[in-house]
Amino acid sequence: MVDRIVFNIIQVLVVMTFAPLIKGVLNKLKEIIQSKRGPSIFQPYRDLWKLFHKDEVVSEQSSWIFRVTPYIVFVTPIFVTLLIPVLTGYPLFFAFMGDMLGGGFILALGGFFATLAAVDTANPYGPVGASRTRMVGFLAEPVFMIVFFTVSFIAGSTIPYIVQKQWVTPLANFFDPSHILLMLAFLMLIIAESGRIPVDNPSGHFELAMIDESKGLEYSGRAAALMKWGGAMKFFVLLCIFLNVLVTPWGLAQTEALSDVLLAIPLILVKMFGFILVLVVIESSLAKLRLFRITEFLGAAFITSMAAMITRLLEM
Amino acid sequence: MLDHNTTLSIFAKLDALAGGLFLLSAFGMVAMRQVLAYLNLFALQSVLLASSAFVLGYQYESNHLIAVAGITLVVKAVLITWLLRRTIDREVYARREISQALNIPSSLLIAMVLTIIVYFVSSPLLSFASDPTIKFNLPIGMAGLLIGAYVVTVRREAVPQVIGILSMENGAFFAGISIASSLPLIAELAAAFDVLIIALVMGLLTRRIHERVGTTAVGKMVSLREE
Repeated sequence: MVDRIVFNIIQVLVVMTFAPLIKGVLNKLKEIIQSKRGPSIFQPYRDLWKLFHKDEVVSEQSSWIFRVTPYIVFVTPIFVTLLIPVLTGYPLFFAFMGDMLGGGFILALGGFFATLAAVDTANPYGPVGASRTRMVGFLAEPVFMIVFFTVSFIAGSTIPYIVQKQWVTPLANFFDPSHILLMLAFLMLIIAESGRIPVDNPSGHFELAMIDESKGLEYSGRAAALMKWGGAMKFFVLLCIFLNVLVTPWGLAQTEALSDVLLAIPLILVKMFGFILVLVVIESSLAKLRLFRITEFLGAAFITSMAAMITRLLEM
Repeated sequence: MLDHNTTLSIFAKLDALAGGLFLLSAFGMVAMRQVLAYLNLFALQSVLLASSAFVLGYQYESNHLIAVAGITLVVKAVLITWLLRRTIDREVYARREISQALNIPSSLLIAMVLTIIVYFVSSPLLSFASDPTIKFNLPIGMAGLLIGAYVVTVRREAVPQVIGILSMENGAFFAGISIASSLPLIAELAAAFDVLIIALVMGLLTRRIHERVGTTAVGKMVSLREE
């Protein structure tokens, strides 16, 4: 019991420590593809360090929501980390506190408060970005639902620890058409949800075209650092769900030995690196979609998830 | 629920995977905007059809189905795409936004509804099916057929319509390879060459329309002869 609580805490620490690194590697790889040198992969850590040591400016017009939001954005991915397999293949202490839908709700709570905070200040760009994020969110929601329900339908459970075993026992299950289609749909969801290129340009500096970034424009100092760190952790957590539950359920610790759990850390980083390579290729080869084309992108994701469900029904 | 995991072999899974991607490519045909992407998608769909035929042929040790896979690959994925590229003017392929009678998200939803109808129509038939592969190939082939017909209805350009008709044929074949696996090879050959000739004729016709009228938007043509 104590072991499992300790492992759970290790999971949280891993997510907190390596989330900025993943962002840094992603940015560096993107710059390399554009034949630039790019910032160091440790740049996000330096940014956080710098922001934590700066003064914070809070608008007098804003309410408590604005002040509370950075903490909520920072804490929600940590809660989700407690529910999902990051390092171990067996359920940990908090695993049965909530299922995948619960995790989705917790992540959505952070997004909800970020939207409120963007509207809270009188900054004109905040509400624009917030309403766009909501639009993407509304369109992504049905896909999330269908993906989760199909996954739970196939595995007979909504607990991610149980779901991940389904794909590899026996190995032939990996080639299940519904599995492959679900992977595709979830990949599109991750791109939409984390504001990656066909949907949103994370490195853009033009406020009118921003979707995800403009929500955090008003924050400075420690609050900005928390928002950034929270965003990086949310991305890390989404990748963990995608890789450990859906795509590659291998390489997780199967025994309760501490060495096994620690060995799982480099393995998950290697998996993430592989996925980031794919993501960078996608981002570098596509152009950003026009705002009203996002409907089509997420419509395609919806159709893919529905196709997964139908092929599953045909199999019965 | 665990039962089917043991009954479905790895070949049936691979066939099902080809089927799932086949269905996805049919949806892609509804969603595509560029003519060139359309043609590439058709080639991809033909490759998926060929791979399904190959997997089925390997599973049942039927040389005949493997031959069908080869014919499909050569005729549909290579020859027809090449022919359509050659016969139709390059300007048509360079164009990006091609018009549709309905916008794309609602088209996708209609295609979705068609697929669900197919599921309900085919499920009483499938209760007689002894083979697990028929369970995938028949409904997915039927869905491909219906979605192809829908594409032909809703698109206003000649080239996507041609490709829609060809993808209908793909759908019929996809269903056919599982339910009539002992069809004589000569019939398959004849069908393949028929399709090739049809593609050639339609391609040439489109070329003529493009030369005479300057556009391939056949949806706008209402009278037979302009005075």
